[in-house]
Amino acid sequence: MSDFAKVERPAARETGSRGAPPNTAPEGTITTPPQKPGGAPGPAKVPTRPGDRIFKAMTVGSGVTIVVMIVLIGVFLLIQAIPSLADNESNFLFSRDWNADPAALAFGVLDLLLVTVFSSIFALLIAMPVSLGIALFLTQYAPKRLAKPFGYLVDLLAAVPSIIYGLWGLYELAPALRPISTWLNDTLGFIPIFATGSSNLAIGQTIFTAGIVLAVMLLPIITAISREVFDRTPSMHIEGALALGATKWEVVKTTVLPFGRAGYMSASMLGLGRALGETIALLIILASTTQTFSFSLFDGGDTIASKIARAASEFNDPKGAGAYIAAGLVLFVLTFVVNAFARWIIAGHKEYE
Amino acid sequence: MAKRIDVKDLNLYYGKFHAVDQVSLAVPPHSVTAFIGPSGCGKSTVLRSLNRMHEVIPGARAEGKVLLDGEDIYASTVDPVSVRRTIGMVFQRPNPFPTMSIRDNVVAGLRLAGEKNKGKLDEVAEQALRGANLWAEVKDRLAKPGGGLSGGQQQRLCIARAIAVRPDVLLMDEPCSALDPISTLAIEDLIGELKKDYTIVIVTHNMQQAARVSDQCAFFNLAGVGQPGRLIELDDTEKIFSNPGQKATEDYISGRFG
Repeated sequence: MSDFAKVERPAARETGSRGAPPNTAPEGTITTPPQKPGGAPGPAKVPTRPGDRIFKAMTVGSGVTIVVMIVLIGVFLLIQAIPSLADNESNFLFSRDWNADPAALAFGVLDLLLVTVFSSIFALLIAMPVSLGIALFLTQYAPKRLAKPFGYLVDLLAAVPSIIYGLWGLYELAPALRPISTWLNDTLGFIPIFATGSSNLAIGQTIFTAGIVLAVMLLPIITAISREVFDRTPSMHIEGALALGATKWEVVKTTVLPFGRAGYMSASMLGLGRALGETIALLIILASTTQTFSFSLFDGGDTIASKIARAASEFNDPKGAGAYIAAGLVLFVLTFVVNAFARWIIAGHKEYE
Repeated sequence: MAKRIDVKDLNLYYGKFHAVDQVSLAVPPHSVTAFIGPSGCGKSTVLRSLNRMHEVIPGARAEGKVLLDGEDIYASTVDPVSVRRTIGMVFQRPNPFPTMSIRDNVVAGLRLAGEKNKGKLDEVAEQALRGANLWAEVKDRLAKPGGGLSGGQQQRLCIARAIAVRPDVLLMDEPCSALDPISTLAIEDLIGELKKDYTIVIVTHNMQQAARVSDQCAFFNLAGVGQPGRLIELDDTEKIFSNPGQKATEDYISGRFG
């Protein structure tokens, strides 16, 4: 931790002035501070002030706390999950059954994982282009007077509790989507993702409904970050494009989008991380089912998070709970991987910034 | 190729602020015209109004006429985008597109104009880079990002980008102010060569530069802070620097103010 104190100003100045021959220029001798002849300067004592020390301790402490917390969460999940995993009679990663009865543990996370990833990616595919459109509209097209309040409105979407989204999805959106989902199922049913699934289309407790609700929840996250990145496109690049005779769209295409691409991608990945972990809205919307996931948008089922939430009130045995915690561990790792991927995108784009 | 510019009774505004008052001037083809004057006198604003870049700033507007070979670029039927395609511009700080390679930077304007033929683009890229005296330095790394070049090279890349579309006029807004003396010299030499093919208008804070590169020189001044800038006089560079018609011009070029 003492690395931060390596800049020792007085010492640095002394070596600097010793490097310059004292007699080359008259100015040189004037600015050179008096030195003891011959004697090498002793290790300079850097005065540390209490304010600096306290503030440094606070910031370092905060930084360390976050790392420790993440490690502790991981360790907690591992410790709780290991006994159940040891007693598991199914293959945890590849089995599609979920039986968390402490007497006969046979659980696999694959089905939950598939529903989680499938619904999140579906949501992301809807949210990404819409967010891009909103962010470009707010930063490039909207008149300044409109952009501000409109931006707040989008931000406000993030403040709506997810239970509200869940209720809205189930009672408003699901019935409203019925004609669309029925039409998709009727005409494009031969494509697996539109095939008849485990959930009743008339009620609409499907991944289709849940994914659209998730997409709405992702909009403010992806939009907010993209908007900030697009806004920071250097005006000299925008003017450069304009001076070449670029139209508005061409300016966006040649300067704003390339400049903001990494930010937009990482914003999307952050959104994906959010979608993967979303619990309560999915718990409300998705119909529970005993059938395995068939890669249809019209399936019900459970994501890892909603499965855990559904069972959480009945955790009375550590072995049974351990099965769910093991699933939680998978979610934990998955969000880590997604975030690492987002970092990797940003890093790969650095040479342009 | 190399058209003449006539500015008539041009008034420029930023919102309510009257930035430039009643400027009229003429720029003959195949000449270099330098705009000089203290900061805030409106010389850059006038320059930016010559290719309708002025109005890009929210609230900015122009009144009056700017004739390019007799055609008013501010006529209501004229598309500013097409004006900017025939009047190129080089900015104060080099601004190559950071995500594009050197070659793609040069042909960016052509691409915008719809040219897709790869052979044609390569040919124009080489021509423009040769025209900007940059070909020898970059011919082995055309696919590398333009941001990797030195400041002076980047500015010449921007000049190559501007001339690749074969404009009628080239506007330069303090093109050397961010460059070291050697790069500045390279650009000044280049301006002398480009005069053969283009009409050039350059804004500069460096009076020696104005004296070195320009054929005629326009001195702008303002009466005080918050007052609009005015064109004080426009004359042959030699005359401006030896025997100016106005006291203010003489004071400025002899370093008594500004």
